[in-house]
Amino acid sequence: MNEILETLPGTTTQSLQSDEPKPEAKTRDEFDVEIDGTVGQPFVDNPKMSSRNCDVFYAEKQAIFDVNVDIGRNEIIAMIGPSGCGKSTYLRVLNRMNDTIPICRTTGTHTLDGEDIYAKDQDPVLLRARVGMVFQKPNPFPKSIYDNVAYGPRLHGLTSNRSELDDLVEASLTKAGLFKEVKDDLQKPGTGLSGGQQQRLCIARAIAVDPEVILMDEPTSALDPIATAIIEELMDDLKESYTIAIVTHSMQQAARVSQRTAYFHLGRLVEVNDTDKVFTNPEHQLTENYITGRFG
Amino acid sequence: MPINTILITLVALLIFGYFLGRKRSLAVAGSTAKGYSDLHSLPSYYGYMVAVWAGIPALIILLIWSAFSSSIVTSMTISGLPEQMQAQSKQQLGLVMNEIKNLANSGLIANETDPIKQAAAEHYQKLTHINTMAKTVVVFVIALIGLVLAMRLIKPETRARNIVEGVIRWTMIICASIAILTTVGIVMSVLFESLLFFTSVSPIEFLFGTKWSPQTSIRTDQVGSSGSFGAIPLFVGTMLISAVALCIAVPVGLMSAIYLSEYANKNIRAFAKPTLEILAGIPTVVYGFFAALSVAPFIRNLGESIGLDVASESALAAGLVMGIMIIPFVSSLSDDVISAVPQAMRDGSFGMGATKSETIRQVIIPAALPGIVGGILLAASRAIGETMIVVMAAGLSANLTINPLEAVTTVTVQIVTLLTGDQEFDSPKTLAAFALGLGLFVTTLVLNIVALHIIRKYREQYE
Amino acid sequence: MKDSTKIIKAGLNKRYAREKRFKFFGLCSIILSFAFLLILLSTIVGRGLPAFQQTYMKLDVTLDEETLGVTSNSSSKELFSAKYDKVIRNTLYDMFPNVSDRKEKRALRNIVSNSAAYDLRDKVIANPELLGTTQSYWFLAKDDVDVYMKGNIDRNLPESDRRIKDFQLVWIDRLIAEDRLEKRFNTVLFNAADSREPEQAGMRGAIMGSFLTMLVTLLLSFPVAVAAAAYLEEFAPQNNRWVDLIEVNINNLAAVPSIVFGLLGLAVFINFFGVPRSTPLIGGLVLSLMTLPTIIIASRAAIKAVPPSIKEAAIGMGASPVQTLFQHTLPLAMPGILTGTIIGMAQALGETAPLLMIGMVAFVAEVPGGIFDPATVMPVQIYLWSDSPERAFTERTSAAIMVLLAFLIVMNLIAIILRKKFERRW
Repeated sequence: MNEILETLPGTTTQSLQSDEPKPEAKTRDEFDVEIDGTVGQPFVDNPKMSSRNCDVFYAEKQAIFDVNVDIGRNEIIAMIGPSGCGKSTYLRVLNRMNDTIPICRTTGTHTLDGEDIYAKDQDPVLLRARVGMVFQKPNPFPKSIYDNVAYGPRLHGLTSNRSELDDLVEASLTKAGLFKEVKDDLQKPGTGLSGGQQQRLCIARAIAVDPEVILMDEPTSALDPIATAIIEELMDDLKESYTIAIVTHSMQQAARVSQRTAYFHLGRLVEVNDTDKVFTNPEHQLTENYITGRFG
Repeated sequence: MPINTILITLVALLIFGYFLGRKRSLAVAGSTAKGYSDLHSLPSYYGYMVAVWAGIPALIILLIWSAFSSSIVTSMTISGLPEQMQAQSKQQLGLVMNEIKNLANSGLIANETDPIKQAAAEHYQKLTHINTMAKTVVVFVIALIGLVLAMRLIKPETRARNIVEGVIRWTMIICASIAILTTVGIVMSVLFESLLFFTSVSPIEFLFGTKWSPQTSIRTDQVGSSGSFGAIPLFVGTMLISAVALCIAVPVGLMSAIYLSEYANKNIRAFAKPTLEILAGIPTVVYGFFAALSVAPFIRNLGESIGLDVASESALAAGLVMGIMIIPFVSSLSDDVISAVPQAMRDGSFGMGATKSETIRQVIIPAALPGIVGGILLAASRAIGETMIVVMAAGLSANLTINPLEAVTTVTVQIVTLLTGDQEFDSPKTLAAFALGLGLFVTTLVLNIVALHIIRKYREQYE
Repeated sequence: MKDSTKIIKAGLNKRYAREKRFKFFGLCSIILSFAFLLILLSTIVGRGLPAFQQTYMKLDVTLDEETLGVTSNSSSKELFSAKYDKVIRNTLYDMFPNVSDRKEKRALRNIVSNSAAYDLRDKVIANPELLGTTQSYWFLAKDDVDVYMKGNIDRNLPESDRRIKDFQLVWIDRLIAEDRLEKRFNTVLFNAADSREPEQAGMRGAIMGSFLTMLVTLLLSFPVAVAAAAYLEEFAPQNNRWVDLIEVNINNLAAVPSIVFGLLGLAVFINFFGVPRSTPLIGGLVLSLMTLPTIIIASRAAIKAVPPSIKEAAIGMGASPVQTLFQHTLPLAMPGILTGTIIGMAQALGETAPLLMIGMVAFVAEVPGGIFDPATVMPVQIYLWSDSPERAFTERTSAAIMVLLAFLIVMNLIAIILRKKFERRW
């Protein structure tokens, strides 16, 4: 809960724990260029997911202002921006994780395969099985590696017997590139793995329920460079079968892994374009300021 | 002088000493060129120093004297009694001594008919008088010596502040060490009496015997005068009632904690938590009254209406009420450990599409399990040591049974029964209470240490 | 739709049913706890409220000098031992001249409390001119009459099942018809000490005993606990064996069963040091050892909450650590320490078990005047009364519980207000 509140734009919470420097009030004024709708190409044909007129409020405070964007099939879309810009909040809109925060309210139209995910008859439990999520800090459950991966399938009743489950666990771990390292230690606690392994375990856990979309919220920010490289490679493999939306602080990471990049600023979506274009020839002044390191 | 007067006079002396010391320090202080006095400390510290020197040794002597004088005077009076009276058993001697003391205190010695007692009472009165006189004189002489010595110590270079602060520090260390003294006192008191007990009853019989009937007869020549001290029925009874209590308190307490921390909204929580705490604040004697007066008859009638034979002091009634008493205990401990489970765990589970209850049952409770187990152990230790509810609502006869509908007795009930009312301090009956107390102390100590250890380890895991 | 999605969808209803069930169990637990609390309190209040009223009986007593065996010239000592009970007895016999059976006569004497004679005595001694006159006085009725007047004896029951027999009912009916029975506020409950007679039993002795015991407890435990807490928080060296031992002991003592402290008091204080039994002094000694851990733990938390910057500022100004403690840390921590102390005292006030071990269960019919007098305390009084078979005592027990709970509520309210008022966020 706190983690979420901290990423609010202009929030005054003083207990911020994030390492990166916050944009100061002065810089904000300096770069407070008018944001008038999203520039670039936010929309694609036949999108996997899409949002229209998305506003998010935490109690009285608005965190996201009128975001309109599509996420294409089997693409990796990166969301970047200074901290507190609302990118994580927006990501959590896509699998209704924000529903778990009582004071949080989301409006607008959000679809998955054209289906309204905020419709009355839509079920958040089912939605979250279809739109998986990997979190900033590796959060394996205090269970064995096997049970961690088997958690989702067991919940949802995806397998009918033990050997099917065994196969599914092995397949998921293999896809996450972890099976070789842990195949002899499946009954050991997941919390005993290294940070990078834990994060891949969390990816395997998400894959095990066979989602259509995987949301990744700064999945490598708690990891060392080598573990980060492995995860990035993994993402590249995963995009063959899944649609991935990743929030990242590292512009290099966005440039390396994504096809499209969305730049958020103070709760508004400023620019969406092909990654190459964003990093070489951004359309919006704010995007340029950010990627050239003048703030953020 | 009675002790109150001594204390008040002593305090007056200390205040006097304080002002004397302060005045003297100002008198001995020379002035330096800058106009400051060359005293090492503020004048008031010299005053405190004098008060400390005068007061502390005198107080210590007074305390020690008062603590031991009554037993010394008593034994001196006894040694003054005729031989044949001294030869009596300890209990009878104690009774005689009580009579003599009452006689001396009532001031009606002249009315006593027994010349021996009259003489002894007079002797006692005289000894008490001498004792008080001597105490007064010694205490004040020591106080005055301290005062004079301290006054002579006052010189500008005396580090009065450091001396006073040193005394304060040592006082604080001693105060802190009272916790250790208390534990030592507990161990000593139960251990020594228990060892005495085990000289007349073998530990094997005590620990493994199945018959408990401590009623020793008045006359030693009666049959069955020794009583039997097999504590198994008490242990089983204690376990039975505690188990009933935990069966109520653990599910209700745990589920309450889960509901309040995971489901209830802010307003309900703000209302429900303090309300639950009220249950913890109600004195146990009230629960005992409630159990004996309302719950036990209710359960008996309920049992009768479905054709069960329920004892009027059933273990079920006592256990049920004890369970109610420890609900808030379990729920607040569980609440602590559940809220210690990081939010990331919950997010991870929700992100997989788990429902709230699935998250609680399959992630949060397993993660919080060590803490919950620790809490349950603490609750068990509470239940085992609980006294008033069982004294008022459980039985006195030691049945060896695990049927909660029957009446059982517990360790604490027996301690109370053996030690209230008329007692002779050296009979095995009285000593048995201390042996039971030792068992109770050791059991709860082990439970507490294990529980606190588990909880600490658990906390460290998520810090 | 993918296969997995279909499977998940199929299982959803079942899972939501489980979810609902689980939530329902949680709600039930809360409601159950509240219900227990409500039943407990309503039982006590329901039974205790009538005890705040007491039945009085109006008698027209003729203070006949001959019956009393005194004259208007008698000394106060003679007046003191005059036969007031005979006056009361004759009054009753005159009112019901038909009673002749010996057993019935005894019953008749017993419809008024035996305190009536003492009341009369006090009145005559205060005003000897009353001798020879006839006066109407209200006297305490006997407990059985009181129980009947409060509707707790059903006159439709067979006579053998009632404590009030038919012939007594006739008297009572007549007394009621003549307006000679009246329920009034029960001042005895607050003005008298314990008694074997329910209608004369009050809790003033117990309240005074509790007060004296709490006074001893407070005077002993508060300074010691604050000193100990200050030492452990501010002066104790790190990784010192002795300090670790102290900490372990404090934590364990907080969880030692209270009855064990009673054993300690019996073996060490009474039998070894010869502290007098049954007195507020010994009670206070034992209870202060018991409350020490509570107050120490609360005080440590309060001292810890004082920000180091304030202490550093004082030290930086050249204050010694002891001066810093007394001039800055303790005053700032005091609200927290006091809150903890009040809560500890409230616990001690409700404690019964250890006091049973040290002789505070004795029947004490006088209000204690000092810490060396035999005394009992409120919870023990409750225990003693609850043990008495008379129906009227059950009622008084509940009333005593209500008084005790009222004290506890007040103490806790003070603690809450103190915390709210002085709570400081640094």
